[in-house]
Amino acid sequence: MISQLFILSSKGDHLIYKDFRGAAGSDVVSVFYEKVTALTGDQPPVVMTHKDLHFMHVRQGGLYWVATTTGDASPFSVIDFLNRLSALVKDYCGSLSEKSVQMNFALIYELLDEVVDYGHIQTTSSDVLKNFIQTEAISSRPFSLFDLSNVGLFGADTQQSKVAPSSAATRPIQSTREQGGKSEIFVDVIERMSVVIGSNGVLMKVDVEGEIKVKCYMPSCSEMRLGLNEEFSIGKSQLRGYGAAVHVDECSFHQVVRLDEFDSHRILRLCPSQGEQTVMQYQLSDALPSAPPFRLFPTIERDSGGRLLMYLKLRCDLPPKSSAVNVCATIPVPKGSVSLSQELSSPDQSVELNVQSRAIVWRVPRFPGGTQLSALLKVEVPGLCSASMLEVGPVSLTFELPKFTATGLQIRFLRLSPVQPGLSQRWVRYITHSDSYTIRI
Amino acid sequence: MPYLGSEDTVRELRRALANPNVQSDQLRYRNTVLKVIRLMSQGVDVSGVFSEMVKACATVDIVQKKLVYVFLCSYATLNPELSLLVINTLRKDCQDPNPMVRSLALRNMTNLRLPSLVEYVEQPLAAGLRDRAACVRRVAVLGWAKLHNLQPSSEIDAAVVNELYSLLRDPDPVVMVNCLRALEEILKEEGGVAINKPITHHLLNRLKECDIWGQCEVLSVLRRYRPQSEDELFDILSLLDASLVSPHPPVMAATLSLFLSLCSGLPAVSLAALERVCAPLLAACGSASREMRFTALCHIQLLLRSVPGLLSAHYKRFFCSYAEPAYIKQRKMQVLVELVNDENVAMLLDELKGYCTDVNSDTAQAAIAAIGRIGRSYSDRCLEILTGLLGLKQENITSAVVQTLRDLVWVCPQCSNTVCVALEGCEEMLQDSQGKQALLWLLGVYGERVSSAPYTLEVFIDGVRSEASLDVKMELLTATTRLFLCRPAETQDMLGRLLHYCIEEETDMCVRDQALLYYRLLHCGIEETRKVLQGRRSDPSLGVLIGRPADPVSQWACSFNTLEPLRLGTIEAESTTRESPEHVPFDSGPKTDLQETLNCSRVEEVRSDLHSTDSSADVLASNVTAHLSLSLSPALSPEEFERLWMQRQALHADQGVEQMKDEDYACLEEHVQCPAVPHCSPQSLHAAMQLVNIQTLAFTPPNTLPWRVYLYTNTQYACSASKPQSTLILGELLYPGGVKGTGDGETLAEGRENKEEEEQAEGSERAADRKREEEERVKVTLKQQPRDDEALKGFLSILTTVLHTLAS
Repeated sequence: MISQLFILSSKGDHLIYKDFRGAAGSDVVSVFYEKVTALTGDQPPVVMTHKDLHFMHVRQGGLYWVATTTGDASPFSVIDFLNRLSALVKDYCGSLSEKSVQMNFALIYELLDEVVDYGHIQTTSSDVLKNFIQTEAISSRPFSLFDLSNVGLFGADTQQSKVAPSSAATRPIQSTREQGGKSEIFVDVIERMSVVIGSNGVLMKVDVEGEIKVKCYMPSCSEMRLGLNEEFSIGKSQLRGYGAAVHVDECSFHQVVRLDEFDSHRILRLCPSQGEQTVMQYQLSDALPSAPPFRLFPTIERDSGGRLLMYLKLRCDLPPKSSAVNVCATIPVPKGSVSLSQELSSPDQSVELNVQSRAIVWRVPRFPGGTQLSALLKVEVPGLCSASMLEVGPVSLTFELPKFTATGLQIRFLRLSPVQPGLSQRWVRYITHSDSYTIRI
Repeated sequence: MPYLGSEDTVRELRRALANPNVQSDQLRYRNTVLKVIRLMSQGVDVSGVFSEMVKACATVDIVQKKLVYVFLCSYATLNPELSLLVINTLRKDCQDPNPMVRSLALRNMTNLRLPSLVEYVEQPLAAGLRDRAACVRRVAVLGWAKLHNLQPSSEIDAAVVNELYSLLRDPDPVVMVNCLRALEEILKEEGGVAINKPITHHLLNRLKECDIWGQCEVLSVLRRYRPQSEDELFDILSLLDASLVSPHPPVMAATLSLFLSLCSGLPAVSLAALERVCAPLLAACGSASREMRFTALCHIQLLLRSVPGLLSAHYKRFFCSYAEPAYIKQRKMQVLVELVNDENVAMLLDELKGYCTDVNSDTAQAAIAAIGRIGRSYSDRCLEILTGLLGLKQENITSAVVQTLRDLVWVCPQCSNTVCVALEGCEEMLQDSQGKQALLWLLGVYGERVSSAPYTLEVFIDGVRSEASLDVKMELLTATTRLFLCRPAETQDMLGRLLHYCIEEETDMCVRDQALLYYRLLHCGIEETRKVLQGRRSDPSLGVLIGRPADPVSQWACSFNTLEPLRLGTIEAESTTRESPEHVPFDSGPKTDLQETLNCSRVEEVRSDLHSTDSSADVLASNVTAHLSLSLSPALSPEEFERLWMQRQALHADQGVEQMKDEDYACLEEHVQCPAVPHCSPQSLHAAMQLVNIQTLAFTPPNTLPWRVYLYTNTQYACSASKPQSTLILGELLYPGGVKGTGDGETLAEGRENKEEEEQAEGSERAADRKREEEERVKVTLKQQPRDDEALKGFLSILTTVLHTLAS
């Protein structure tokens, strides 16, 4: 049971405040903000208590989404609800930011009114909600030159581009009704990798958490059939065929998904509701079908002048067609490192020493598969001793692998039946993020 | 700007709202209302436009209506009279053909929270319950709960309650769930909605129709239900099995909570449920939302209290990711410590070692403490890592390591040699008071083995004037006095200086009093001082108190899926990392030694107390010849056990053999021939002992030497005719090891007694056989209070039987 619900900006501005039960005073918002900002780094902020009131909050889109309860509530429910609510707001407002919440406050109040009554969650399904929500979203899209790239000569819409702009999916779901034209559906396969590679190059831990998200902008969509790889298999025992089987350990589906064709043909059938929903979640641990995307070959030594010499070779083991973007390697260095000199293998990379976080950050904007980059770094560390070498490493990598899935999961086809009248566009996108990619030295 | 000149803004808005030109233009009217709401949500007081807003309510524009209602619900309590004007509009809307308008009006009518309006609201609410649109019924059902809470004293109409009960069969699942919610609130005084068999089965059958929020609600209400038969129970459980592994964490948690409350009498079923739930819990731990991760981690900690090895195979899932916030990393490390076993210890320590040099000092500190915890079972590997970290020569790391070493050495005194070597040179790096205290404590206790101890203390004593922390000063006093006892020649002079400073110049009362205490104590003589300051020392056998028995599931089942594990988690973790009893006074600082002496006197009291009660009971006990039964209650905590055990040992040493007979407790040593027992798994031993109501409290891992088990039980005579006298028996099974005569166990302190015996017997050839035989025996030491020889004999025979059964 939720007593109050409010949304605060990261600076503590009140954006939305709704009191469902009239049980507590309205100063709770400032009480919450004082409490949350007074916490030290290691104190868990998720649940805080003030007198009889418990605050639970999540951070989404740089905002605090806070629910208060007086009695005992299930933390799983409240936190899941707050996450769901922020997803709903994102669906309805297009994007999640302080600005979009501020501009669409009337819409959010309306949503809250339907979603929660007297502190009890009524429904969070966008299918039900779309009948009740009347307010139009105001989207805040800053003018950008990228928008012009789709416009051809003399302003004619080219319609040639096969790739949807990355901002295509950040628009409110309801605007379709009036704009009439664009009914689109996006199917995103998103995977998060967490990897630990030992100092001897052995893969010590691999976890892949993946999900298939469907974002639907169609006002009324009947049925969607989503075909996965035929050789897709779940669990250790169930292996299909030979060779490159796509395999996951555990797999769970959204309750609207019908699985009658799944066992035979690996087809998911569902009627997507408007907005974003996670259709399928899966996990894979301890085995990757291909080599891990990055390998590091470091040579680290002390030179006679008390400097730390690091020669790093980073190899990208992706297939040659794909490439990684926004690669960023963070190498912890001993405390007291002062300055850095560098030799890099290509001009678009950059390296900087961050004294505050005691780390060297090596950025590579684009890293094609099958290539190798190297960096020679010399770090000036006064009072370097042999024990300080313990402080070097482990190296952590962040990256994005567009058009690539670590498990090899692919969408074979995406069919809508009956075929939508008019212009409907279907997009399938793949991306793999690094959740935590650590290479020990 | 909303905050500046808000008065003017409100006045302007009022003028605009009253302007007929604005009112006639729907869009302009709506936008003006919008501005009011915007100001309101920014925290500006806009109650001044209340009457204009009441007028704005009467419109056909639904969006505007909704906005006005948001406003009215916030300000109605300030203007009860004016709010009466809205009622007419609302009642009219309740008749509207559009169900959306009807539900909107009904909801806001009840949200106004005005007791004066109740009489106008009841009739539309009653009609709402019978509305054909489900969305109106949903609102109406909850409306009754709101109405009831508005006037909690007033009697609720029985007819309404009946109607709500009948609406549990409503075709719309949300109406059904709302009925449950409303009845829970209305009938709070009677203990909530009645959960009988038909209602339970109805709810269970419709569970599938509800969305996840509804399912959670139903599942939590059903926790009150008690099935009438075992068959029914298992029917319910099998119905719920699918939601136990639901991909939605809220449903999974609510189902498990229901499972645990239904199966409170069936521990095996609860354990099976816990195993089923692992997969979805692990998935929640990898969720994209960090708050969800944290919640799942906290609940996993609960599970691990009962089934320590539950997730050991999945330990890699708890490796920290570098981008995670510190509070999640710390939780993960706490979980990792619980999951350690022989197979994964190397990987785990390797991973933890990486966190020790984390930029975030809290994380680094937690990692070091975690290694220390693992050190209780795998001391060599951990000490190597910890001493390696000292080489880094960094303040915060050194401080954390020294504190960890102190904690470790108390539990595992066998590590003290390594620790003493490692301590050299640490003092230069320590800046914070916690680290200094730990170092001083170690120097005080192990001073005779650290050659530089007096010099280190001297540096501290010379700097005592500039020392800011009281705790450090008090610790310094204790450490110096302790060191004086073992190395008087080197320490006498500086102790004199320190005492002089603390008594003559120190301004703080606590420090001064403590210095005076030591001063007077030293006056009483060295022996007296020694008794006070070195009275309690840790025993090497404490090191085996690592294998704590699992808590029963019922101990935490009621707090599962509540806020409890998330809030108390940190405190609890703190107390588990500092569980050795002597640390509590040390960490709390000021009362260090006072506490210690108080403890001693309390023990004395308890002892004399027992003595007096027993002497009278002893007469009665002598003529009791009845059947003996064992029971586990009252339960004994590990701390309590340790205290009693040590106390007994101290008495043993103090008093002569002739006195022991009169004592109110009995001590018995016996050898039992059962070589295979030390190789059986702790779980099977634990289970076997449980069968006969003996509680094993702590044990070494199998195949380690010396192998030990600590256990206890309470004996009782089943015969009711005589006065039931119960006694407490503490026991230790010791297997010194060295079966093949390699002499492994001999180097250890415990093996000493045996060794002497062996040496005597070494002369003859036949003695070798005997020796082997002897070594295959398990030594049983039993301590009983109050004394009752017969019960003790009876217990021993039971224990022997169990051991033989296990060995065969």
